[in-house]
Amino acid sequence: MTPMPTATGLTTAGRPPGVAGWALMAPLATWLGLFVAAPLVILLAYSFCQRDALGQVVPAFSTHNYARVFDVVYLRILGSSIFYAGLTTILCGIVGYPVAYYMGRAPPRRQSRLLMLVMIPFWASFLIRTYAWMTILKENGLLNGLLYAARIIPDVLSGPMHLMYTPFAVVLGLVYSYLPFMILPIYGSVERLDGSLIEAAADLGAGPLRTFGRVILPLTWPGIAAGAMLVFVPSIGMFAVTDLMGGNRVLMVGNVIQNQFQGAGRDKPFGAALGVTLMALFAVSYLLAARSRRDRTR
Amino acid sequence: MVELIGVNKQFGEFVAVDDVNLQVGSGEFLTLLGPSGCGKTTLLRMISGFETPTRGTVWLDGRDVTALPPYRRDVNQVFQSYALFPHLNVRDNIAFGLRMKRTPKADVQQRVARMVEMVGLSGMENRRPNQLSGGQRQRVALARALVCEPKVLLLDEPLAALDAKLRRAMQVELKRLQQRVGITFVFVTHDQDEALVMSDRIAVINRGHIEQIGPVSEIYHRPATRFVADFLGQANLLPARVVQRETFETELMVADEIRERIPSSRLPDGASTAFLAFRPEKVRLVPDVAKPDDRSACEPNSFITTIAEELFRGATDQLLLRTPKGTELTAVVPNGSATVLAMHRGDRVLCHLHPDDLIVLNAGQ
Repeated sequence: MTPMPTATGLTTAGRPPGVAGWALMAPLATWLGLFVAAPLVILLAYSFCQRDALGQVVPAFSTHNYARVFDVVYLRILGSSIFYAGLTTILCGIVGYPVAYYMGRAPPRRQSRLLMLVMIPFWASFLIRTYAWMTILKENGLLNGLLYAARIIPDVLSGPMHLMYTPFAVVLGLVYSYLPFMILPIYGSVERLDGSLIEAAADLGAGPLRTFGRVILPLTWPGIAAGAMLVFVPSIGMFAVTDLMGGNRVLMVGNVIQNQFQGAGRDKPFGAALGVTLMALFAVSYLLAARSRRDRTR
Repeated sequence: MVELIGVNKQFGEFVAVDDVNLQVGSGEFLTLLGPSGCGKTTLLRMISGFETPTRGTVWLDGRDVTALPPYRRDVNQVFQSYALFPHLNVRDNIAFGLRMKRTPKADVQQRVARMVEMVGLSGMENRRPNQLSGGQRQRVALARALVCEPKVLLLDEPLAALDAKLRRAMQVELKRLQQRVGITFVFVTHDQDEALVMSDRIAVINRGHIEQIGPVSEIYHRPATRFVADFLGQANLLPARVVQRETFETELMVADEIRERIPSSRLPDGASTAFLAFRPEKVRLVPDVAKPDDRSACEPNSFITTIAEELFRGATDQLLLRTPKGTELTAVVPNGSATVLAMHRGDRVLCHLHPDDLIVLNAGQ
């Protein structure tokens, strides 16, 4: 899993990269080596160290941190993180698939316009977007104000809906942040789908629902899998959205890790161990998924 | 079995199909033949249900199906690209239609197995489409449609992607298959040879309407319009004007230099001009031995030409002939006969056209 700075892209083409290849790869390899591989090595080293009373890292070998990771408290947090990230992934799939499908089957000119629309939120900083949601959801915010104006709730002061600092707000924030990462890969696979296959299914007696279940869904599955990966992995480690929109009511692994690196009770070695464990989890699940895919196509 | 009544299809301003009436009999092999963009595929797609007519009705087996979606119509289509499901193997591809109709499992298995054998794909049931050759994919597409035992099988240029040799073999095979299963075939192609080999009847389509529909030999020997004569097989097309019309015979001046006498009954009453069409294989050639000018003058329906070009076409030789005034004609003779008769490039030959072989077309058509 160590991202070795090798020329994988070139070697898969079936030839050794050669001098020019290495020269072209050098900037990227240097970058990856300095800022990905080296920090990972440091992280791994930290995770086997200890901390002193002041929170400084003490280079004394110990597996104590990993034992702590499997403490019930942290396992429960890990469990709820998986739950929230999973829920986010599923919701992104449900919301994103129809959008991606519509985009992928639209005429080419409209496709590029829709793609733009999906990308527009990225023009604003992630933090600004999250704060925008907060102004919408807070008790005297936009949503409650609208509901009051529409006389759906009686009074801004006596009965506003409590939306901020709830699991709902966290999931909403996560879905909002990661939706494009679900839409884009699904769009890619829908766009590649040969329209005559859909016609063939209809011709053979499959109505719209069964055409979707038997033909469209299986053929766009790789896009869904890629999207799920792109949403699930960062969601589980997300701390900003949970911090800002969940208050301290929703605690996810990302927040725990963050707390180990800053603040009063910091414990860098333990934070490192949590991080390494999370990475190992992703690596194993990815390898399992890849193997099952290989078995199926065989 | 299939009937189109007053069918019209417009895409925006463009009229793809213009007021077509068409009847296809039970068990018939009908070909829709025409150049690309003539509307033949749109016509087919209105039978399968992928397009809805702007006007007119589509009938299947005595039922108005104009408003029915494709999955409720008892027809199946073989797509030009085959449209095999890439995630399913050969067996599951063929079984797809039966499963959609909720056919009992044992029945599905049996019918699929029989169909696999019929199209000669035994032993390949577990392969995916990308592990098959073009010809094999073609067979799977055919089997997948036929196993549903549709009332009508629609084929959209199914042989276009195959190489010439395989295409010829599949033409014969497809025709045999159709005769064996007795299902009505509506076949779309732009390849006139294919249409001639396979069809019972041909409908020649041009610019959204049917130019002519009829049995193969009639379309070939008695084309009704210049378009049909030109599109189906090779044809020499020359303008003619009436020189003298008598009760039984009319004398025509063809291309301002060739005199032809034809039975007056072949010419519409009162026509002063016409087009003459004749097939290259109907041009009879005699080596011009001596006294050419006298002969051409006295022999009826004969004239002198020069061989301008000689093309070797395998079983036949194609000769390009040029008359003294520069009119060009094509003649086809069995391979070798040109050599035997010692006719070569630059030689003068005597052409003879029998009135029976002449197709007289209205000047307006």
